[in-house]
Amino acid sequence: MSRIELKKLVKRFKDTAVLSGIDLDVPEGSTLVLFGPSGAGKTVLLRCIAGAVEQDGGEVLIGGEDVTDVLPEHRGIGMAFQNFALFPHMDAFDNIASPLTACGRTADQIRAGVDTVAKLLKIDHVLSHTPKALSNGQKQRTALARALVSRPKVLLLDDPLRNVDAKLRFEMRLELPRLLADQGATVIYVTQDYREAMALGDRIAVLDGGRIIQNGTPEEIYRRPATINIAKLFGDPTINLLDVVPQSDASGVYASLSDRRIQLDPGLSGTVGRECVLGLRPEALSFTDADEGVPVTIEAETPFNEKTVTLVTTLRKREILVSRPAEMPAPTSGMAHITIDPSDAVLFDRQTGVRLDPNGTSHAAEKAA
Amino acid sequence: MDHRSALERILRAIALTAIVVFFMFPIFWIVLMSLQTNETILRSPPSMSFVPTLKNYAAIISGELDSNAGTMSIHFMNNLLNSILLSVFSVALALLLGVPAAYAFARHKFRGSEDIAFTLLSFRFAPPLLVLLPLTLYFQALGLANTYLGLVWVYQLICLPLILWIVRGYFEDISPDIEHAYRIAGHGWFATFRKIALPLAGPGIAAAGLLAFIFAWNNFVFALVLASADKQPVTVGALAFVTASGIQYGQIAAAIVMSIAPTLLLALWAQRYLVEGLSLGAVKG
Repeated sequence: MSRIELKKLVKRFKDTAVLSGIDLDVPEGSTLVLFGPSGAGKTVLLRCIAGAVEQDGGEVLIGGEDVTDVLPEHRGIGMAFQNFALFPHMDAFDNIASPLTACGRTADQIRAGVDTVAKLLKIDHVLSHTPKALSNGQKQRTALARALVSRPKVLLLDDPLRNVDAKLRFEMRLELPRLLADQGATVIYVTQDYREAMALGDRIAVLDGGRIIQNGTPEEIYRRPATINIAKLFGDPTINLLDVVPQSDASGVYASLSDRRIQLDPGLSGTVGRECVLGLRPEALSFTDADEGVPVTIEAETPFNEKTVTLVTTLRKREILVSRPAEMPAPTSGMAHITIDPSDAVLFDRQTGVRLDPNGTSHAAEKAA
Repeated sequence: MDHRSALERILRAIALTAIVVFFMFPIFWIVLMSLQTNETILRSPPSMSFVPTLKNYAAIISGELDSNAGTMSIHFMNNLLNSILLSVFSVALALLLGVPAAYAFARHKFRGSEDIAFTLLSFRFAPPLLVLLPLTLYFQALGLANTYLGLVWVYQLICLPLILWIVRGYFEDISPDIEHAYRIAGHGWFATFRKIALPLAGPGIAAAGLLAFIFAWNNFVFALVLASADKQPVTVGALAFVTASGIQYGQIAAAIVMSIAPTLLLALWAQRYLVEGLSLGAVKG
């Protein structure tokens, strides 16, 4: 009933294409996170689905029906805006009640509906306040309550945690998945925060420059990012990116780091001699006592609560970040050796930034085929 | 909070007083004049000491002007009523037409929308007298000359562009997301206009309406040419005070006080809207 499909969606402003041919399929009841840097077109995409802006080409289908000619008020969508977009001249109750008043409920039904969702979001004590009198967190919850109150089949959430403080964002990141699951709605959730994306999405679609660069499960996006940019956007500390030129000999394909071999997947033989970038997640690296590890100099150590990040440099002064659980002992200064888990290494073409797959084709070529 | 020096405060007070005196003195003087007879007004040197009299007001209200050449009847109260009728209906019509138009121009970029908006503004470019000659001929042919309807129509040249451009700025100031949110919540575009756009632009509409009222009230030349005695507003009616037998300063002053009173009261009531509206309209226009 509420599957969302986009087919070759195009949106231009003047002559600039903001969305150039978006294809997307969000199955009923699932959550898709739309992830991308600012200006990628995420908000415009949501607005096209909501009907707030008209697309210049392509189709939006909700529940299998083309809604291109359906006015926004008839699409049956709940939406929370990044800037909350509360009605400043109405109190929180009327704000939340607005989707209910539209469909002619009685005053009792409206009160009951608003009270339920307000209790759920813990804003039942501020319902008589105007938006001006609400804190940012309360505004955000009011906006969310307004989107949820009519139990819409489709929920569009445009970076709702963007403008709230870190503590509340953390709380909401924990609460939201349960809340969204309870609703049973098909959700598209826009965010620029990779943690939010990983925590909330059944799938993540990475949008950049008006195109979907990658669409996959959080695991896939993290482990097998389609491009260098995606690899850099996901993960904290960020992925280590090292310029390498893969070589091969009798024992297989490898890249060298400080004269030590990093064994690559034999399927990558097609990349031999090509200028590449090797991506290594900081948590795929670990310190070792053994001499066969890559020799490095420890430069700085930054302890976080749950992990410790160490900045090391190789013999050729290339900087690498190593992350380890906080309780794991490790050398804190001087020379050390690190080992690399080659299964976590990803290889990108340096020129195009596209991931190179072991089967010899680049990710882009694979997609085209 | 106050970290200004004493000297600074004193200088400020002096400067403020000077400004207030400069701008308020003519009005103050007129109020004084309206309470004096012609003899005390014209004595030399002028003096602030006199026995106040309400004779001038009585004469204006009864419509019997005493001059040294005898009694003359005027229609000042009728003029005042005309002013009120013309201004109120002009502004009401301009709001009725201008506010939805302003909303359309603010929210929908249709083909030629900027050109139309600019054309409406350009009504204010032409010197009124240039427009008036052909207009008079048309109005006479149409039977609109010397009718309230015709005057209210012509007054749209003054009120409509003003309201349109100021209110448009206010509508543009409302985040479109707020309106989108209301639409997505399931309300039609007209409900959105009524329940969201209108209340949020309310102060702007009030300010624009007040300004238009002042401009309409003070209009002289349209009414002078297009209206005969019984339809004339105070601005034109004041001409009757200049007579062959001399100028009745006291009565003119009383008439002025009575004719600025309605706008002054209205302006005082909506003062904060007015200031906000002027500055915002200037920036956003």
